[in-house]
Amino acid sequence: MSILSYLLDHPAQVLALARAHLWISALATGIATAISVPLGIAVHRLRIVRVPALILVSVGQAVPSLALLGLMLPLLGIGFTPALVAIGARALLPILLNTYAGLLTIPPSVVEAARGMGMTNAQILWRIELRLALPVIVAGIRTALVVSIGVATLAAYIGAGGLGDLIFQGIAMVDTPLLLAGAIPAALLAFAVDGLFEILERGLMRPLV
Amino acid sequence: MRYLLANAPLIWRLTLDHLQLSAASCLLAIVTACPLGVLVSRVRWLAGPVLSVAGIFYTIPSVALFALLIPVLGLGLKPTVLVLVLYSQLVLIRNTAVGITEVDAALLQAAQGMGMTNSQRFWRVEVPLAIPVIFAGVRTATVMAIGLASIAAYIGAGGLGVLIFQGISTGNTDQVLTGAVAVSILALLADGILASAQRMTRRTMGVRA
Repeated sequence: MSILSYLLDHPAQVLALARAHLWISALATGIATAISVPLGIAVHRLRIVRVPALILVSVGQAVPSLALLGLMLPLLGIGFTPALVAIGARALLPILLNTYAGLLTIPPSVVEAARGMGMTNAQILWRIELRLALPVIVAGIRTALVVSIGVATLAAYIGAGGLGDLIFQGIAMVDTPLLLAGAIPAALLAFAVDGLFEILERGLMRPLV
Repeated sequence: MRYLLANAPLIWRLTLDHLQLSAASCLLAIVTACPLGVLVSRVRWLAGPVLSVAGIFYTIPSVALFALLIPVLGLGLKPTVLVLVLYSQLVLIRNTAVGITEVDAALLQAAQGMGMTNSQRFWRVEVPLAIPVIFAGVRTATVMAIGLASIAAYIGAGGLGVLIFQGISTGNTDQVLTGAVAVSILALLADGILASAQRMTRRTMGVRA
């Protein structure tokens, strides 16, 4: 019996799990982006927000992912929702830090020039600052999504679904073909997402240089 | 809380196991990564390939990486230590290389002018000046190792993750919370202690950062 037998015999099941895996990771990263980008702008603009926000996220970052899943248990129980919250929480920091860092790299002279041209504050934010910071923000989203795919694998243990199901089952039953049918596609999924974002980032850099 | 009081000796033992496993893996990771980082800073064309390989391991979801090693190394401590070491290579190699590369060229010339040999220049100028950056990497790697070690409980490595996995599968919320809080405290303590040590190296090495 080949060690890849489960993977080769159940392609439809593995594909469905991979899709569920990508879905929860992408959804969590999407929610994290919607929270972190405005927060990153606030951290850049408002000094009062900066220190508490950065301390909070860096403390949050030190909490291990498995502990995060455990801490969700009394609040949200087991299933898709607590998994989504835990994955999203993990994805916050890279996007927040990169949004802040991206905005920091913009020379003040560029913003002044835009103001001199008569742009409003909203126009400066959308057309100048966010546009120039975009490659760095996207790099943060890339990190967040790769991290999310990793945490989602772990979150299968609390009912997130996805490829982690096969891995945990395979380990528990000492069934090598089963655990490989989860582990290999999970690794490939992370590589694929990472690679796609690398291409996207290159595309974003080009018109700016 | 009741769970904690009733099982204090067990929790203490798991905490020590956890700490020992994380610390031993970190030391092993430093021993392999720091020489590689120095090599990469000297032989520049190696930087791309070495960091790419380290990046590949870093991209694979940790649960999947544990699973991928089971057919080769089985369960228990061996695959755990290897995963912890592989995972921390990227941040350790990169920080070592960056720390060494960023030493001011003028300082190196001054050292040469003072008649230092190459090895003196390396140990007395480059290494001390790179220490704060390397230390930042060690801090990240340690926090990561504590988190990964908790996941490794599922493949029989012991440690505080045992409480979380066992508690989730038996529906014992108190047990899950005890494990989750204990491992979070461990990670936050390690982070805090290494952060102050990092500041100390910065001061004693006379680096204005």
